[in-house]
Amino acid sequence: MRRAVGALLRKDLLVELRTKEAVPAMALFSISTFVVFHFGLDRSSLDGSLAAGVLWVTLLFAAVLGINRLFVAEVEQGGFDGFLLAPVDRTSLLVAKALALLAFLVLVQLIAIPAFAFLLLGPSLWQALPELLAVTALADVGLAVIGTLVSAIAIRTRARDLIVPILLLPLLIPVVLAAAQATAPLLSVDGAGPLPGRWLAILAIYDGVFGLLAYAIFDFLLED
Amino acid sequence: MTADLALELRGLGRRYGERPALQDVTLDLQAGRTLVVFGPNGAGKTTLLRVLAGLLRPHEGDVRVLGARLPDEGWRARGRVGLLTHEPLLYRELSARENLRFHARLHGVAPGRVDEALEAVALRVRADDPIAELSRGMVQRAAVARAVLHDPALLLLDEPLANLDPAAAEVLEPLIGRSSGRTRVVTSHDPAGGLAEGDIALGLRGGRVALLAPVAEIDERRVRELYT
Repeated sequence: MRRAVGALLRKDLLVELRTKEAVPAMALFSISTFVVFHFGLDRSSLDGSLAAGVLWVTLLFAAVLGINRLFVAEVEQGGFDGFLLAPVDRTSLLVAKALALLAFLVLVQLIAIPAFAFLLLGPSLWQALPELLAVTALADVGLAVIGTLVSAIAIRTRARDLIVPILLLPLLIPVVLAAAQATAPLLSVDGAGPLPGRWLAILAIYDGVFGLLAYAIFDFLLED
Repeated sequence: MTADLALELRGLGRRYGERPALQDVTLDLQAGRTLVVFGPNGAGKTTLLRVLAGLLRPHEGDVRVLGARLPDEGWRARGRVGLLTHEPLLYRELSARENLRFHARLHGVAPGRVDEALEAVALRVRADDPIAELSRGMVQRAAVARAVLHDPALLLLDEPLANLDPAAAEVLEPLIGRSSGRTRVVTSHDPAGGLAEGDIALGLRGGRVALLAPVAEIDERRVRELYT
């Protein structure tokens, strides 16, 4: 399985490097949304729960753009057929696509979070950076696993651009809620508070449950 | 299974929704022989190839490919079948070499085989250009290299010479032609060319078997009647 995951992941990253379809669009969307919030809220700086909410809702919608594109090459260029002809575990496609999406999210956040700090955030990010990285890592795993699952469900439908947000957003409410709740004390104007372990645990459990669910059903999604 | 039978189909049926695409297809094909499939557009030729490749489930009948009963034992045939369709199954943004390396990794084929395959299809000079920048004939040659990269026991070829000039067809003959010695299922619209390629001719019309005979026992006229 490791061989197949490596081959698929390498191919996805190479295709993204050539086409630059997903990551630049996601990053640009994030920055544009922060600018819209900047003017829409008519505030020069945000902190606490409002800042955390703006950050995670923006990252969620940016993720939708990447999730919509995740399996497009497999359908339009015969990637599914080429993969299904190979003597490999079909779950390797799930793992590789989730890792590719995770890599895209990390790259986008490397641009979007500093942009958020520059455009909207009142308190400094530096003090809370390690805790914020922990929250981001757990939330990204949830976005990647659930995003891959939903993308695989939607890709064979005619209205995939509609199906993805309709299925994805309700499933990701707990991830965004937990990530925002865990992030809010880190962005407090009075200095970063302690990391709320309860919300981190919820994120970790949610990631685990959907990881197992995706592993269990992904084979069936590839059946004709 | 009979030891040297590559294909055993008994009453194969396949539907798309309510519409039958294949009905009651029954035939055997011995290893090392070629089945050539004729039929007008929509007759079920491509569906037959996709069922044999394990990409579509058979809905009726007993289907064995290389001894593996489909769909339950499809995993046993995976990696032993090479498929060449109208779609090259290559990523447009990647070069022929990158595409073949990707498929070589998936099939557990030694990396050195990629250069051999590129050489065999006379594509080494353009091997590092993206597929999107190659002519249709070159893309077809790259697709052939992909289809035979893992030395499949069964080749499924959907009009393999489409888009190819005579020189390119000659280059590919040792890989996918009669001289390859492989077990092949080849679809064709060319009665003379198809009969020259095959050992057994299958004619499909509306998803049903309209002709099934050794090519030595039929002539081009019988094949042309399928299209009238």
